[in-house]
Amino acid sequence: MSQSAFAIETRNLRKVFGDKVAVSNLTLSVERGEVFGFLGPNGAGKTTSVKMLLNLVFPSGGEGYLFGQPLNDPAVRSRVGFLPEHFRFHDWLRGDEFLQLHADLYRLPSQQARRRIGELLELVGLTPHASKKLREYSKGMLQRIGLAQALLNQPDLVILDEPTSGLDPVGRRLVRDIIRDLSQRGVAVFINSHLLSEVEITCDRVAFIKHGEVIRVSRLQSLVEGELTVQVRARNLNPAMVEGLSRWGKNIRADGEHLSFTLPGEADLPEINRYLVSQGADVYALRPEHISLEDLFIQIVGTDGGL
Amino acid sequence: MNSITIAKLTFREASRRKILLAALLLGALFLTIYGLGYHFIIRDTTESFGEDRKFMINQVSNFLLMAGMYVVNMLTAMMTVLTSVDTLSGEIQSGAIQTVVAKPVRRWEIVAGKWLGFAAMLTLYLLLMGGGVMAIVYLRSGYTAPHPLQALSLMWLNAVILLSISLLGGASLSTLANGVLVFGLFGVAFIGGWIEQIGAFMPDPATNQTAMNIGVITSLIMPSEALWKRAAFELQSPLLTMMGDTPFTARYYPSDAMMIYSIIYLLVVFALSIQRFNQRDL
Repeated sequence: MSQSAFAIETRNLRKVFGDKVAVSNLTLSVERGEVFGFLGPNGAGKTTSVKMLLNLVFPSGGEGYLFGQPLNDPAVRSRVGFLPEHFRFHDWLRGDEFLQLHADLYRLPSQQARRRIGELLELVGLTPHASKKLREYSKGMLQRIGLAQALLNQPDLVILDEPTSGLDPVGRRLVRDIIRDLSQRGVAVFINSHLLSEVEITCDRVAFIKHGEVIRVSRLQSLVEGELTVQVRARNLNPAMVEGLSRWGKNIRADGEHLSFTLPGEADLPEINRYLVSQGADVYALRPEHISLEDLFIQIVGTDGGL
Repeated sequence: MNSITIAKLTFREASRRKILLAALLLGALFLTIYGLGYHFIIRDTTESFGEDRKFMINQVSNFLLMAGMYVVNMLTAMMTVLTSVDTLSGEIQSGAIQTVVAKPVRRWEIVAGKWLGFAAMLTLYLLLMGGGVMAIVYLRSGYTAPHPLQALSLMWLNAVILLSISLLGGASLSTLANGVLVFGLFGVAFIGGWIEQIGAFMPDPATNQTAMNIGVITSLIMPSEALWKRAAFELQSPLLTMMGDTPFTARYYPSDAMMIYSIIYLLVVFALSIQRFNQRDL
């Protein structure tokens, strides 16, 4: 067992297909027990990056480690679970046979495998469908069994490529609960997703990737707890009063009864309210809005979607 | 250990997809028709010959055994290629291979496992079909061919060479391109072998030599026809050898050196298939 503090560590990972650069310079580190979101527009190189981590695609340059072991060391993958994006499996297998196959590939002892398969079928809600062939599974069921497959070995790192794209709201909540539970048990979770609301709910940190390069890594908490926009609806506003707000906020815009400005935090909100009232305004609403991850995504990645 | 898991998976896939069933049912049909035909021919032969009946029955049996084994050789080759042509390229294409490769598995174990699974299947098939033809002949008339085990071994070698080419192609090409490659090579070997045989009848020694060279070169590119010729030689009676060429028999037979070359060819192709899959982005 390695003592490395990081579940994932990459330095300048690069992948070129022919003359197309899929990933130009991927440098990131994911701590143990951390839920890490990997965000970017379509074609930004997210899936290629994930595949490099799993030795499915060989880097053209740079280096990467899982738990301090090089990516091409097969032994380290016994500590990793992976749910691929398109979850295509051997569809002529039954659900339980599929899990047994993957338990064999993880070389789990047969008794432990049997117990684990039972637990996981229960966890993802597929116990009644265990003896159906995967061919007869719906997209959501395939995703669930794929998730079970990724947890067979009680991994220390789970890599999920678009884990909720095929799921209905019930399935999504299930995945969220599983991710939360994993993180509480110290398992690192790496989520590649473009479903921002999911990431917003589950992740500790996020990396934004564009054109195959990490352009920003942030703690999600600090992202959404930082700057906020205040929406005010009030009567009897006057220009001098609006002017006076520049003491606290920026980007002040007034339009009839509506007034908006941005603040660095919410500490000044009561003071601002008192100010408006003391200046003779009739305040009907004063609503702070945190910037959404979606807005942030567009701010960072741009509206061109990386095309 | 992982290779055994993959081999079992391969075997199970063939039986789950009813490939084994279809092959065995059609094999049984073939043996039934063959057995019936053989029975009637031997009955007529027995009735039309007097004193030297035994000699005639042996010659007829040998010829019919060769014909049967020729078909078995073709069917085994077909079954080998058709079942294995899609196994790597298909799983790469669909992405089913990804969850397997992402396990603590070495890539060569996957190729070796698939090879083992298909090799087990074709061995079983060849033994049932080739053994079936030999058993029918023996049970009806008591005839046994000169070197049945050598012949079966050479037919087996032919099949595992085809299997290895099919895996090599599957690690590098699409399923369709792989099919074109394997059957193309098989066809090249086939026509090369025939040019060699027909060329041997030509009166001009230069033509003889050219035809022979074509035969040798095609055997080096793909030894399947050479292996069958040698297997046929091991099976045929001395008299049949003297009679010369028929579709199922051979007057000239490939040398021991050619057989050793075929074994090396097998090892090289197998090693290349592992190397290709090792380097492949999935």
